[in-house]
Amino acid sequence: MAAVIKVENLSKAYQLGDIGTGTISRDLERYWARIRGKEDPFLKIGEVNDRAVKGISDVVWSLKDLNFEIEQGDSVGIIGHNGAGKSTLLKILSRVTAPTIGSVKVKGRIASLLEVGTGFHPELSGRENIYLNGAILGMRKAEIKRKFDEIVDFSGVGRYIDTPVKRYSSGMYVRLAFAVAAHLESEILIVDEVLAVGDAEFQQKCLGKMGDVSDKEGRTVLFVSHNMGSVRRLCNKAFLLDKGSIALRGTTEKVINYYHSKISAQESRDEDLVSTCKRFILEKPFWMDAKGNRASVYTVGEKMTLCFNFTFNEPVKKVNPGFAISDFQDHRIFTSHLNDDADFGFKEPLIGNVLLKTDIDLPLSPAIYKVVYGVRDEFDNTVMYEENVLLTIEESFSKNGAGGILWHTTKWNLEKPKA
Amino acid sequence: MSEVEQEDWDIELTPENKILDLKLKDIWRYRDLLVLLVRRDFVSFYKQTILGPLWFFIQPLFTTIIYTFVFGNLAAIPTDGLPQPLFYLAGITAWNYFSDCLTKTSTVFTANAGLFGKVYFPRLIVPLSIVASNLIRFAVQMALFIAMMLFYWFKGASFHPNAYLLLFPLLLVLMAMLGLGLGMIISAMTTKYRDLTFLISFGIQLMMYLTTVIYPLSTVKVKYPKYEWLVEYNPMTSIIEAFRYGFLGQGTFTMLSLGITTVITTLILLLGIIIFNRVERNFIDTV
Repeated sequence: MAAVIKVENLSKAYQLGDIGTGTISRDLERYWARIRGKEDPFLKIGEVNDRAVKGISDVVWSLKDLNFEIEQGDSVGIIGHNGAGKSTLLKILSRVTAPTIGSVKVKGRIASLLEVGTGFHPELSGRENIYLNGAILGMRKAEIKRKFDEIVDFSGVGRYIDTPVKRYSSGMYVRLAFAVAAHLESEILIVDEVLAVGDAEFQQKCLGKMGDVSDKEGRTVLFVSHNMGSVRRLCNKAFLLDKGSIALRGTTEKVINYYHSKISAQESRDEDLVSTCKRFILEKPFWMDAKGNRASVYTVGEKMTLCFNFTFNEPVKKVNPGFAISDFQDHRIFTSHLNDDADFGFKEPLIGNVLLKTDIDLPLSPAIYKVVYGVRDEFDNTVMYEENVLLTIEESFSKNGAGGILWHTTKWNLEKPKA
Repeated sequence: MSEVEQEDWDIELTPENKILDLKLKDIWRYRDLLVLLVRRDFVSFYKQTILGPLWFFIQPLFTTIIYTFVFGNLAAIPTDGLPQPLFYLAGITAWNYFSDCLTKTSTVFTANAGLFGKVYFPRLIVPLSIVASNLIRFAVQMALFIAMMLFYWFKGASFHPNAYLLLFPLLLVLMAMLGLGLGMIISAMTTKYRDLTFLISFGIQLMMYLTTVIYPLSTVKVKYPKYEWLVEYNPMTSIIEAFRYGFLGQGTFTMLSLGITTVITTLILLLGIIIFNRVERNFIDTV
C-alpha cells in the first residue's frame, strides 16, 4: 500500500505564558538572528513538554521529531494523555497551524473535523448552514446539493430545516453538524474527539458511519479519542503519543494494552499513606491482574486482586483494611472488610513489610469505578481513609451482556416434562 | 532520497511559505465558499430587522444631512460650487466603501479565530468575501447617489458628468485594493499586538479628515499650501477627487496623481498579501 501521509522530523514549539509584553523586543531579536542566518534564539532552550513539571524556559516542544507514514485505507487511532500532543498533531495535519520544523506530505484531499458545526451561523436556517458548513469543510456546492437529502435524513432534523439554528436544541445542532461532516468526500478524514457530544444513539450512528468510511470506501481515517472503546471499534492501527513523541505504534490492541499498563504503573507511584497512629505506612492500594502485574484497567469478568502493601514500624497485633467500590454516580456497589472473612486471622504480630491481598471475582459492567479504602487498627479506630483509587472495566467482545451493574450470564437448562 | 523525490505529493506542509504563493488554485476551488460567505453576511445583516436592506440607505442619507448642516452651513466650507448634499454624498459613498473594507478586513484574524482554529481553507477567502459583500452595500449607496444626482439634475443644478466616468471601475478596484491591503497588514499585526485594534477605530476617523470627503482639494491648496501634500498624497484623495470629477465635473485631479495612487495601492496590496500569507500559517498559536 502506498503512503498517503508522510511526516518527517515534525516538531512544533509553543510559547508559554503571556504573549504581549516583551514580544516586540523578542521579535526583533528573532529577526536579527534570522538575517544573520542563525537559529531562533528562543527555540534553542526548549524542553520536553511535561505539563506537571515547571520548566525554566517558556518555550515547550509540543511535538518533537515525529516520523511516520500512514498508508491508504488505514484507520489510525491516536491516543495519549492530555497534553501529549495529539491535538497539536491533528492541527498541523489539518493545516490549521504550521510546523516549527520538519514537513508533512499528503496525497489527496484532507477533511478535518476538529469540531462539529464550525462556522455555523446562528441566524441562518439549517438549510443555509448545511451549505455554508459544507463549503467551509471543502465541499463544492454541487456536491452538497447532491447529498442534501441524505444529510438531512442522517441528521433527523428534517422538520426544522428552515428554522434558524439558534432555535435548535444543542442535540439537534450537533446532529445537523455531524451529518454534514459525515458526508464529506475526502480521501483523508481527520477526526478529533467530536463524538463526546450528542446522545448515545447518535454516537453509535456516527461511529457506524465512520467505520463505513474506512472499511468500505477505502478512506484513510485519523481518529483521536479518550474513549478506548471507540478507538478499538474504529481503528486497525494506533499511535501512542507521550510528551510529543511516539511512544509506541502498532495494532490498536497492542497499543491500548500498553497504554493501560503505563497508566497503572503511573498511578501506583502516588504517595504512600501514613497511619494517624504513626505505627505503619500503607502504599496506595493497587490492583493486580491474574499474571501478577499491576493494572487498573480490566475487561469484564477478568480476575483482579486488590493489594494493600503495609510497612510496620513497630509490632502491631492486627489491622483491618477495608474497601468499597462505587460507580461514578456514587452508588455503592459493595463494601468489604478483612474482619468479615471468618477464615482469616493474624497468627503473629505484624512487623516490617506485609502484603494483604483480596481477590474480586465480580463481572462489573464496563465503566470507571471509584474505590474508597480505609484501615482500622486493633482498637477499631480508623487510622487511614482515602478515596482516590480508580478501577476501569472495559467491554470485552467475547462476553455478551446488556448493561446493568453486573455483566452476568446465567446458565440455562432445558427440562422436558416427564411423560 | 531520489525515490522519495519522484513521488508526487498534493500538499506539502513546511515551516515557511513561499513569499508570494497566493494559492490561487486553492482559492478557485473554494469559490463556492466565497459566494456563501457573502450571502451569509448579507442575510445575517438584516435578519430580525424590520427595515432590512433599507438600513443601507439610512446611514449615508443622514450623514449627508448632518454634514450639510455642520460643514456646509455652519462652517461654510466651500464645495467646489457643487450642491452641498451631492458633494458630500459622493465623498461619503466612496469613503464608506473603503473604510468598511478596511475595518472589517483588519479584524479578520481575531474575529475568525474560532473558525480558523478548527478548519483549513485558503484564509484569503475571508478578506475577499468582505470586499465582495461590501460591494452590495456600495451598490445600494451608489443607487442613492445616482437618485440624488437625477433629483438635482431636474432641479437644474450645475454639474457635468463626463468621459472620466469611465474611470469608475478602476476607482472601485483601487478602493477595494487599498482597503484590502491596509486591512490585511493591520489584521496580521493585531494577532500579536492588540494595540492596533484601538488605533484603527479612531485612526480611520482621523484619516477621513485627511481625505477630501468634507472639503475639496482646491480649498486645501489655497488655505494650507504648506501642508496640502498630506492630503494630496493620501491615495484615497485622488480616488475621491477623480470620482467627483467623473460624476459631477468638479475636482482637482490629474491622470498623474491617479497613476501614482495606482502604484502606491498596488504596493500596499502586495505587502498586505505577503504579510497576510506569513502570519496565516501560525497566527492561531498567538492570537
